[in-house]
Amino acid sequence: MFVKKFIKAPANWTFLIIILSLLAAPLFLSVFRINLLGKFISYAILAIGIDLIWGYTGILSLGHGVFFGLGAYAMGMYLKLEAAHGKLPDFMSWSGLEHLPAIWAPFSNPLSLLFIIIIPALLAAVIGYLTFKNRIRGVYFSILSQALSLIFVVLFIGQQAYTGGTNGLTSFQTIFGLSLAADNTKYILYYASILFLILVYTYCRFIVNHRIGKILIAIRDGENRVRFSGYNPTIYKIFVYISSAAIAGIAGAIFVPQVGIISPAEMGIVPSIEMVIWVAIGGRGTLIGAVIGAILVNGLKSGISESFPEIWSYFLGLTFIVVVIFMPEGLVGLVKKYASHLFTWHNKKEKIIQKAPSIN
Amino acid sequence: MDIYILQIFNGISVSSIFMLAALGLAITFGLMKIINMAHGEFIMIGAYAAYIVQNFFTQYLPASFFNWYFFIAIPIAFLLAASIGWVLERIIICHLYGRALDSMLATWGVSIVLQQLARSIFGAPNVDVKSPNWLNGALLLSPGLQLPYKRLFIMGMVIICMLIIYYLMYCSNYGRKIRAVMQNRDMAASLGINTRKIDSYTFAFGSGLAGIAGCALTLLGSIGPTLGTGYIVNTFMVVVLGGVGSLWGTIAGGLLIGTGNTTLEFLTNTTSGKVLVFTLVILFLQWRPQGLFTVHSRSLDE
Amino acid sequence: MNTILEIKDLIISFDGFYAVNNVNTKINKGEIRFFIGPNGAGKTTLLDAICGRIKPQHGSIIFNNNKNVLHYAEHELVNIGIGRKFQVPSVFTSLSVYENMEISVVKNRGIFSAIFNNITKSQREKINTILELVDLFDYRYRKASELSHGQKQWLEIAMLLVQDLQLILLDEPVAGMGRKETTKTGELLQKIAAHCTVIVVEHDMQFVREYASMVTVLHEGAVLDEGSVNHIQNNPKVIDVYLGRGGENCA
Repeated sequence: MFVKKFIKAPANWTFLIIILSLLAAPLFLSVFRINLLGKFISYAILAIGIDLIWGYTGILSLGHGVFFGLGAYAMGMYLKLEAAHGKLPDFMSWSGLEHLPAIWAPFSNPLSLLFIIIIPALLAAVIGYLTFKNRIRGVYFSILSQALSLIFVVLFIGQQAYTGGTNGLTSFQTIFGLSLAADNTKYILYYASILFLILVYTYCRFIVNHRIGKILIAIRDGENRVRFSGYNPTIYKIFVYISSAAIAGIAGAIFVPQVGIISPAEMGIVPSIEMVIWVAIGGRGTLIGAVIGAILVNGLKSGISESFPEIWSYFLGLTFIVVVIFMPEGLVGLVKKYASHLFTWHNKKEKIIQKAPSIN
Repeated sequence: MDIYILQIFNGISVSSIFMLAALGLAITFGLMKIINMAHGEFIMIGAYAAYIVQNFFTQYLPASFFNWYFFIAIPIAFLLAASIGWVLERIIICHLYGRALDSMLATWGVSIVLQQLARSIFGAPNVDVKSPNWLNGALLLSPGLQLPYKRLFIMGMVIICMLIIYYLMYCSNYGRKIRAVMQNRDMAASLGINTRKIDSYTFAFGSGLAGIAGCALTLLGSIGPTLGTGYIVNTFMVVVLGGVGSLWGTIAGGLLIGTGNTTLEFLTNTTSGKVLVFTLVILFLQWRPQGLFTVHSRSLDE
Repeated sequence: MNTILEIKDLIISFDGFYAVNNVNTKINKGEIRFFIGPNGAGKTTLLDAICGRIKPQHGSIIFNNNKNVLHYAEHELVNIGIGRKFQVPSVFTSLSVYENMEISVVKNRGIFSAIFNNITKSQREKINTILELVDLFDYRYRKASELSHGQKQWLEIAMLLVQDLQLILLDEPVAGMGRKETTKTGELLQKIAAHCTVIVVEHDMQFVREYASMVTVLHEGAVLDEGSVNHIQNNPKVIDVYLGRGGENCA
């Protein structure tokens, strides 16, 4: 059933094509570009999670940087301890700590990598419960989620001895014993990112194709009506928030070893809202749009902002405005519209051709 | 103890700026259900307006006039921010009615553009605005307790603005129309109120208030293109805490957030203070999800 | 024993304004009960209380002799058998008609069932039967946003029907409908009443006359009169506060 549906949908075909080109990319691109592409893939994973909560369920979270950051820090802490070889990580001794803090202790164990998912999920569960239960929604939720990201930035900068402060966690050396500087490790990480992209996409596709997907859309259309259809929307919203947060955590963990640094700047207000716009540009409520948007926007960003940072700001700002106002369906919506036009045009042409012989 | 009183005093003077900015935000949200993320940039515009007026005075006018430049700067800041707000409403905001969440994203785009504009015009580094001489100094209450004139001036200015807003909203024809549109847009429209006009004027007015807030901020420190971003989240929290569309709620929310921030930061440290305020707001919303002051409504959604 | 819903001493006030003031009434199984009355009489507020949207200050609403409605959350009430149609048609506009029904038909509304269980064949047949009943079968793959106003109303009623409820609350089901559509809705109403009890709030007096088995007249939050259509039509007080004014064009 699921397989059949998967093959039928054009979105999944597109996804397959994207995956295939990503798999083939190392044949054409330098290892530097591949590393960059790996970073974009982590963003694409993050965007899929945001699409699930925003595009499908209609909850605009402007604090997803926090979940991304928490996953990234969990990974970073593990890598940092691996780099320290049983000693105290460098920034801690600079800050005057003498012993490894208790919250760091578990991260010497590879099992602690589960925290990449657990910590964001727990935070989302608590925040989601406190807000959704009281029917705080719409812009109120968005504002609170934005405050959440401000708070976490302040918290992480303030606790310098535990988090590395503004500089964050950096100078990692190895991952599971493999040198992060080596080209081979970079390729392995790149392919691992693709694997996680496939897993996350499949998970979300599974969700939206089942009845729960329809219930999520129903919550977006009319939460009260869902309630009077006998469902408790709160449970569903918390579930989708947790899913989305866990996915963001995974994305963060994939980001860190490839980029080599995680700092509070990655989880702030500005990156959090930019994540949403990737989804808006690609096309919300489609999953595939999120993947396309994230890779495309970040590709453009590294292309344009490297040489003309000023133009990039204007471009990004205007894109925000134009996409939201004039193309709420994003690129995918545009293609769909264009494709259907093409299709009807094609049909007309066929009709004309059919008519033609009768005229003769 | 004196230090604490001074802290509270500083807290109130900062929160009075929040209030001014938040009032504009609360009125526009109450009226149009638009969240303007670029509101912080109007603070920034107001601040740069003061900077321009200051530069004009130092360059073109005799030094003796300099003391009075701030009284020119305030209306200029208001007018500049208001007119940019009006243009913005006419070209962009008007497409976003009924799409509250989308309005947040689109206006964020506006804020990026405005910030970059400021960077292109004035440069990325912060600039200083020199306060008039008569504002330097402090009111000496006791040997350990000095209240800076600047902060007193800001509080006085905010109080005057509040009185004007109160008059406009509750005693003038324009305010009656605004409140009518807020409560029932369709009904107001069918009674012959030009709701489009009300919307754009109100949006401009709200932006102008943010401009005055920005003008006031120049007295407290240097200003830069990202000035607004630092204030916007706090301003939003004031609106959420106070209850949307309620003037009294905004004032109460502003006082609570301002003094809460300073008190908690004084008792613990900057980081924990901010975290605690956020936690308290979340907990408060458990008790009153609609904020301090709410308007009861019988309609199905919202 | 035949009572399905009993409202006792119900008081609901908003900031000191008594929207419902000491209402007592009993509704029997299989009835089509109409609540009528001038605007502001408290009809919709009463429905809101029965379906859990508003918590009254005083009184009780007993469903099926032992369940106090006031102790249940809104979504739980659907699961014990009370459903509600709102005044403004509220269907899920970006879903298809069929998907709307799919959401309504399932009995297990928990999250795990929503993730892992598809609907059964018998449920699918049930959806089809009911869609045929409301003439929406041919539209089942259309998006709900493409339906006409009347069709949306019927879809919402169909969504209630598929839930196997014992008590259905309808808030102005024929508002905004033409005569033909109104008649069709009335016929639908009678079919529904064969399986469950219906409470209707309505202004259209002709509609009330044709389909009501019992009528409760509300005025300023209190019950003014209750009885058959004939009975209330001849009550001078009812004529005075309601029928004489609002009823004119319908009488």
